[in-house]
Amino acid sequence: MAEHPLGIWVYIEQEKGQVAPVSWELMGEGRRLADKLGTSLSGVVLGHQIDKVINRVFAYGADSVYAIDDPLLEPYRNQTHSHGLVQLCRDHQPEILLMGATTTGRDLSGSVATQLATGLTADCTELDIDVEKRKLLQTRPAFGGNILATILCRDRWPQMATVRPRVFPEPEAQKAPSSTVVRGKLSLQPKDVTVEVIKRINEERKEGYLDGTDIIVAGGRGLGTKENFQLVHNLAQALGGMAGASRPAVESGWISYSHQVGQTGYSVRPKLYIAAGISGAIQHLVGMQNAEIIVAINKDPDAPIFRVATYGIIADAAEFLPIFTEEVKKRMEGKAVTAKA
Amino acid sequence: MNIMEGAFVINIAVCLKQVPDTSEVRLDPKTNTLKREGIPSIINPYDAHALEEALTLRDQVGGQVIVLSMGPPQAVQSLKKAISYGADRAILLTDRVFAGSDTLATSYILTGALQKLMQEEPIDLILCGKQAIDGDTAQVGPGIASRLGWPLLTYVSKVEKISPQAREIMVHRKLEEGREVLRASLPALLTVVKEINEIRYAPLPDLIRGATYAVEIWNNEDLHLDPTQLGLKGSPTWVSKTGTPPLREKGEMLGKDQASSAQIASLLAERLIPDIVVPNR
Amino acid sequence: MSQKNKKKQDIALAKESSPSKDKAMKDKKLERWASIPHEFEAIVVGGGPAGLSAAYTLAKGGVKTLLIERGDFPGSKNVMGGVLYSYPTAQVFPDFWKKAPLERPIIEQRAYLLAEDSAITAGFKDNRFFEEPYNNFTVFRGRFDKWMAGEAMEAGALLVSETVVTDLLYEGEGTGKKVVGVITNREEGTVRGHVVLLCEGANSILAQRAGLQEDLSPGDLACAVKEVIKLPKGAIEERFNVEKGQGVTIELLGEATLGMFGMGWIYTNKDTLSVGVGVMINELSRRGLNPNTVLEKMKNHPALRPLLVEGETVEYLAKIIPEGGYKQVPKLYSNGVLVCGDTAMLVNGVHREGSNLAMTSGKMAAETVIEAKAKGDFSAEALKRYKERLEDSFVLKDLKKYQNVSGLMQTNPHFFTVYPNMARQAAQELFTVNNVPKKEKQKKIIRDIRKKRSLTQIAGDLYRIWRTFG
Repeated sequence: MAEHPLGIWVYIEQEKGQVAPVSWELMGEGRRLADKLGTSLSGVVLGHQIDKVINRVFAYGADSVYAIDDPLLEPYRNQTHSHGLVQLCRDHQPEILLMGATTTGRDLSGSVATQLATGLTADCTELDIDVEKRKLLQTRPAFGGNILATILCRDRWPQMATVRPRVFPEPEAQKAPSSTVVRGKLSLQPKDVTVEVIKRINEERKEGYLDGTDIIVAGGRGLGTKENFQLVHNLAQALGGMAGASRPAVESGWISYSHQVGQTGYSVRPKLYIAAGISGAIQHLVGMQNAEIIVAINKDPDAPIFRVATYGIIADAAEFLPIFTEEVKKRMEGKAVTAKA
Repeated sequence: MNIMEGAFVINIAVCLKQVPDTSEVRLDPKTNTLKREGIPSIINPYDAHALEEALTLRDQVGGQVIVLSMGPPQAVQSLKKAISYGADRAILLTDRVFAGSDTLATSYILTGALQKLMQEEPIDLILCGKQAIDGDTAQVGPGIASRLGWPLLTYVSKVEKISPQAREIMVHRKLEEGREVLRASLPALLTVVKEINEIRYAPLPDLIRGATYAVEIWNNEDLHLDPTQLGLKGSPTWVSKTGTPPLREKGEMLGKDQASSAQIASLLAERLIPDIVVPNR
Repeated sequence: MSQKNKKKQDIALAKESSPSKDKAMKDKKLERWASIPHEFEAIVVGGGPAGLSAAYTLAKGGVKTLLIERGDFPGSKNVMGGVLYSYPTAQVFPDFWKKAPLERPIIEQRAYLLAEDSAITAGFKDNRFFEEPYNNFTVFRGRFDKWMAGEAMEAGALLVSETVVTDLLYEGEGTGKKVVGVITNREEGTVRGHVVLLCEGANSILAQRAGLQEDLSPGDLACAVKEVIKLPKGAIEERFNVEKGQGVTIELLGEATLGMFGMGWIYTNKDTLSVGVGVMINELSRRGLNPNTVLEKMKNHPALRPLLVEGETVEYLAKIIPEGGYKQVPKLYSNGVLVCGDTAMLVNGVHREGSNLAMTSGKMAAETVIEAKAKGDFSAEALKRYKERLEDSFVLKDLKKYQNVSGLMQTNPHFFTVYPNMARQAAQELFTVNNVPKKEKQKKIIRDIRKKRSLTQIAGDLYRIWRTFG
């Protein structure tokens, strides 16, 4: 039997030198796991002209970097990256392979795990190590977010997991010398590649992205009318946040789907989530219950939203929102003055 | 292109999963597997959009839509439903040895069935939903593509063009901050997002056809798959324990003592402002 | 531009539409539809208790049946019920308790007359109700109806869901005018059938359009709201004083409805309670009350609050039910069409029996159709047998008996406060449902009581109480 696989690898998701923050978050967590397991931590960089990125990986605590530099690897395509990553894994036998649960990470991980015939756990929110059994304990919400399941991978390597962005803190980059870089080759010819990226269309939304914002004011059917939904926008604006919505509000046509929070919309974990006129159906709760502070405004004292609320207010949201918006504006002005002074 | 000659049509396979409709799902504490009794089952919503896209493409170009699902015998309900939307043919892969399969084993079984199907007739395109709402793994579609060695296009939000004669497809993929347009050779496997289409309200005869349709049942005697790669045996991942997320601390109800709205607003602002307003962020 | 229009435009851009292409698509459809049935012997509109009993009985009887349901599946819109009577259900589905999803067999039935802070209670408990064939069960209508639908489909009925019947298909003129199918809201949505059974619940526009029923007024309709409240494990046994698995129903009168005509109830399910209240819509609007307010007040009544503490509302439901009873029963049949269940106003509001009347009427309608099929005659003349069947059964007999009850309730709501003990004796007889018309039961009770001389004087009053509530 071959040597037991060793080392924790983090797939560094990058394009044109831009690295996805989740990759650094995973380097931080990977360091902790590697120390616990008594093994090394490595970053894996696939792309073209990636030396700068490789150096930065060391700054985030890598013992070594595995890299393939090939023009076919930029921009990202499933076919080329899975080919390269599978090759590296076969050649160097890592014990654990971590990726961000981003569009790219989720696209790539399933292909790689299948080709390596190993187990993969998606969207982890917690990782740990069973030192004795050398197992990665992969915890993730399951079945609508009501249950946390801890999943293990038996007798196959690498043990693979994707992790949701913003689950782990991003570590500070340290000044660190570059160390071992193991370079691989992509054994693909341009003619072998059957997918071509024709263009990228960046659709930067003016208002940003719901899952990347710190303050969300969300409205539900309790607001009654589309006109009243404007009150949600007003408060969001006053707080410098974004407007969110429950599914019924979206289905009523009061706001577009890109603002929907919940099982069938965005999962968010902002600092502040204000739920106005949202009753709190389970499918909504699973999308927002990880917010730091939840304010619930609802007429119905028995609304389930109050069960997750940090602060609850029994009131007609349509009446309360404008009053609170004025209050916020008043105080924000005061704050600005204080800050200047 | 001349449809009437029928020279260029596309045959599309759609993989769909029957999933529990609500989040009221419980685990069996003894076996750590899903208890599905008593919970209404539906076609995984993303898969329903995959089916819709397949039907739309078929209606435009001509060809067949064949729907496959791996699951318990009750999953015929979802396959009959797929027929009632207008699919041409539906096959259920069900066998006791398939039970307990994780994504790796599931993609193995589905691939086996697709290969069997391709011995009967060519398949140009496989469509899947981007993920299933019960497992949320998003792994089976990519797994099938890997096993078949086909191009994989995930998170497809639009099929821009499909050319059966040029053997290529052009799609839009949804990314975090926009989308990209890709061209791939056929055959290919796509996983789709909900924005790709709106699900049709099918004509009544298709519903009656769905109600009368006898779903084909394939088990491992039909597929001859390697038993060590099936079910629990063929699944490297397993649930070691389950728990519930920690409950949030009991909240504070503001203004229960008949305070005016303005007073409550002030009280709430007091609670929030120090936490929230980070100057000049 | 709406999403739909945009999509259409996208498709138009992606493919150049051409007549030849459209024809190819149409041919493809026709090919797909070549082998499906295009005509049915019976079409059942509505997958509630009435429609499902009818469809099941029809299919069992070899009638080629199509069942059309507007919801996602039968049961998805059937929120009420809660109590299922064993006897009439077993008439349709023998030994159903061995297979169907049930909550608890009811061994005790209570009635509470609520005053503002007090309650007068009466009840009847019998452990024999915990044995086959049982008396009644609590059920979740949704689950039970889904089960019935499965039975109907297994028997051979075809089910089409998420489809709304918008009109009936007619042929002929004058007295020869007959129903020959239905028109649905779907494309290619007309389907022919020899007979159509309207089982689509209260306020059936189809029945009105077919001239079988007049427009309903708010005075004919009640609004019921109900919550499903989850209780801690073991709480039901403890609070309702029953053994494991046994169930209780409580009917609530008086302050429960804030004095309005109607009633409240609490039913014990496996680990939840169904708590609800039904009130006439015209009374609600006259008093300017919201049914939710009535339910909230009721839940906070001191006699009920201890039963509900630590409960967690997991579901909230509302439904319109016809309250009209016998006087409202429409014309039940015409050429090629029959009317069942709530659509036929077959509801005994006083006994909160709707679903068993619905099931029985569905079954009787189906039996009539089976006979009609044998004769090849679906005319009004042949379908008349349906009404005769109902008249011979407890369904119309009971409704006839209670036809004046609304007035009594409103003028003498204090009756029940006076003789709770008498009521219990009456309850022993009356709460046992076995399809013996209630009038006969009452005769028996009167006979029993008159033997006791000391009770003679109050027997008259008691009789009036029974007339009202019994």
